Amino acid sequence: MAESKTGPAWTGSYLQDYGSRRGLLAWLTTTDHKRIGLMYMAAMFAFFTVAVLLGLLIRLELMNPGMQYVTPRVYNSLFTLHGVIMIFLFIVPGIPAVMGNFILPLQLGADDVSFPKLNLASWYVYIAGAILALMSLFVGGGVPDTGWTFYAPYALRSGSNVSLAVFAAFVLGFSSIMTGMNFITTIHRLRAPGMGFFRMPLFCWGLYATSWIQVIATPVVGITLLLVIMERALGIGFFDPARGGDPVLYQHLFWIYSHPVVYVMILPAMGVISEILPTFAGRTVFGYKAIALSSMAIAIVGYMVWGHHMFTVGMSDTARRVFSILTFLVAIPTGIKVFNWMATLYKGSIRIEPPLLWALGFIFLFSIGGLTGLVNGALSTDIHVHDTAFVVGHFHYTMFGGAGVGLFAALHYWWPKVFGRMYNRKVANWAWGIFMVGFNLLYFPMLVLGIMGMPRRYADYLPRFHGPELVSTVGSWVMVSGIILMAWNLVRAIKRGAPAGDNPWGGTTLEWQTTSPPPQLNFAASPSVTTGPYDHTALRAAAAKEAR
Amino acid sequence: MRAEGATLGTPAGGHAAAHHEHRDDIGSKTGMWLFLFTELLLFGGLFIVYAVYRHKFGAEFHEAAHELNKVMGVTNTFVLLTSSLTMVLSVGALQRARVAESLRWLGATFGLACCFLVIKYFEWSAKHHHGIWPGGEHLHSLPPGEGMFFNLYFMMTGLHGIHVLVGMGVMGAIAARIRSGHVSASRYAALEFTGLYWHLVDLVWIFLLPLFYLTN
Amino acid sequence: MHDSHATGAGAHAAAHGGGHEAHAPVPTGTFVMVWVALLALTLVTVAASVWFPGKVGIGVAMVVTPIKAALILMWFMHLKYETFVFRAMFLSAVGILALVMGLTFFDYSFL
Repeated sequence: MAESKTGPAWTGSYLQDYGSRRGLLAWLTTTDHKRIGLMYMAAMFAFFTVAVLLGLLIRLELMNPGMQYVTPRVYNSLFTLHGVIMIFLFIVPGIPAVMGNFILPLQLGADDVSFPKLNLASWYVYIAGAILALMSLFVGGGVPDTGWTFYAPYALRSGSNVSLAVFAAFVLGFSSIMTGMNFITTIHRLRAPGMGFFRMPLFCWGLYATSWIQVIATPVVGITLLLVIMERALGIGFFDPARGGDPVLYQHLFWIYSHPVVYVMILPAMGVISEILPTFAGRTVFGYKAIALSSMAIAIVGYMVWGHHMFTVGMSDTARRVFSILTFLVAIPTGIKVFNWMATLYKGSIRIEPPLLWALGFIFLFSIGGLTGLVNGALSTDIHVHDTAFVVGHFHYTMFGGAGVGLFAALHYWWPKVFGRMYNRKVANWAWGIFMVGFNLLYFPMLVLGIMGMPRRYADYLPRFHGPELVSTVGSWVMVSGIILMAWNLVRAIKRGAPAGDNPWGGTTLEWQTTSPPPQLNFAASPSVTTGPYDHTALRAAAAKEAR
Repeated sequence: MRAEGATLGTPAGGHAAAHHEHRDDIGSKTGMWLFLFTELLLFGGLFIVYAVYRHKFGAEFHEAAHELNKVMGVTNTFVLLTSSLTMVLSVGALQRARVAESLRWLGATFGLACCFLVIKYFEWSAKHHHGIWPGGEHLHSLPPGEGMFFNLYFMMTGLHGIHVLVGMGVMGAIAARIRSGHVSASRYAALEFTGLYWHLVDLVWIFLLPLFYLTN
Repeated sequence: MHDSHATGAGAHAAAHGGGHEAHAPVPTGTFVMVWVALLALTLVTVAASVWFPGKVGIGVAMVVTPIKAALILMWFMHLKYETFVFRAMFLSAVGILALVMGLTFFDYSFL
């Protein structure tokens, strides 16, 4: 097969244009998984920037008691938009659509995903959903003010433009489903010769579990959101207590999707960490099968715990107990992962590099997120902290400290592969440090505030909450400075960075065997696999030879 | 050699330019089944709503179900089951390279789908005539449980009807591709997948029949 | 319907690559039998609901309908002839739906 692979497509970079289309048109019509990954990245970070600005505005308003900059109505729209953009446009597509698209086929030793056209279509559907979401700001009854959860019955009665925002979320769901279908099929069909399921890199396992959730859970929220639209248009009364409907049923249906989907956010991030640790510890991962299977376990258990979002809405006591117990089960596979990661570092020859720092940051922040999750998962304590700033702090530690930091780790790890250039590592370390300090200043006070009784989604508060709120706002400025420094450093490297080489970190998975940046068709010779994914012996032997 | 094929993209893009046509029928079928799962779960959400309200409004559901026309519901079941048969026969004929026969069976499936929708139309318009319609006057005046039954009936059979329409559109497109030779005995996957989709539509209806028409 | 009763196993020449499908077409008679069974089972359900309205009718429907679904899945949708992977994937999807529905009723059937 290898002998037929000659010509520019196997020697030049995928960043060059091949064929008759050039420039922007070549990008917009590409079916190359690497280019689609970068297109997702460009769009996603544009939305991320907007949502970060909205978040800064929320913090600014909360810096002092009383209303300073916005009206309560505008404040409601701010946190709704912040949530909708961050969830549906940033974290859910997040790692799968950007790093998954780019890295999955490379790690499997494939030329592309199974359905390249569907892959491109998913990007366009994503953009269409984003445009609809943006349109909902400017047409009709004004910016949605329901919160990103669109809870009935308020979402049925709000005069703001809920229907369009809900429809946007519905459309974005399609994009998510398409990506999921593509990845499952790719993993089943396009693994390199010799790569059984249990020789697959752990990032692929994370994506595999994620994709199943995307395929199985997303349709449920799809139909739920359609029912909200029908309810607003025709008054079918499914969730409207005035017509015998049950608003709690809406919450059930919403969380049947939206709880599993938090694992769509976190599982790929866990996969990223499982890639980075063995590379920078210079040894194989500890407990490969346990980490791989715990991803699947989290995906399955994740379907059985949605009720813990609803402990205070009047569910039956039986249901509350059942959901509380099931929720604790999630801690088991998560704990398995964390302990195996620690064991991977133990007695490794650790090299401190930016990707490892971000990975360690992930473990630290996500552990706080996970442990505060137990407070929410326990029935009695949740009654106290439900709908307080504690919950806001908790899910920012998991979603941002977990999924977001996982994405940043992935960017630092694979940036040299994606662009063939190395960023300034010293600046990257500084950015990491500033981010970590700012992050904890921003979100830790929220945990304290919640315990003190500060409700979430309130535009104003009592003077006794002033201290922590002020710290939190200052923290938001520090954290955003860190993000800006990080982004500047990465973007600068695209043009100015030193050439990175094919395998700057000493990684053992297949993506490091091709050139950086990879050629259009990924591998000059189709790779085959004879060992597990994190076998460092060959690399170590080569290094020893060189030393001699 | 230039790798234009890769940018234009056929399944497993890159290979296309390099060597002979590379096709992964099992991969495509995997993708198709995953799509069917999403359809299943889409209806699944409505089945959950149905289950909850049937549990809550058992008596009202039984009362309201009397209003539905059992004969039409059962007739439509026979129509759809038969259309599933003609669909598999169409696939079988194409596998055996009998193109004309395959097209005839596909045409029959299309006709039966039309027949289903016509019966559905009469059913719906009879209800509409009595003011039973989502947002309609009479429906709003019914007790909450009965209103719920009819709204569920319209949402579920409506979503199902949309799927029937889409199926008919796909059948038309596939018929054109069979005629032009793009879908043939050596590459019949597109017709097979149309069949899979059509059987899923049938499968959903099989559950709708007892849930709505036979609930008294 | 009867003119298509040939078995013609070698009629298609698809197999020359790794992923190409190559199983023999299912005999037409099998499909016709499945169809007859589906119609008969439908009549059984309807008869039960007319003659024994209430618990018995509903019970019959709850038993017969999944059997009908299985017939369609196994024969018309070919699951019987696919590899184990497809059946496993299907069962997981349906299993998750059943699980979710069951858990929902922890709220609605209890106090």
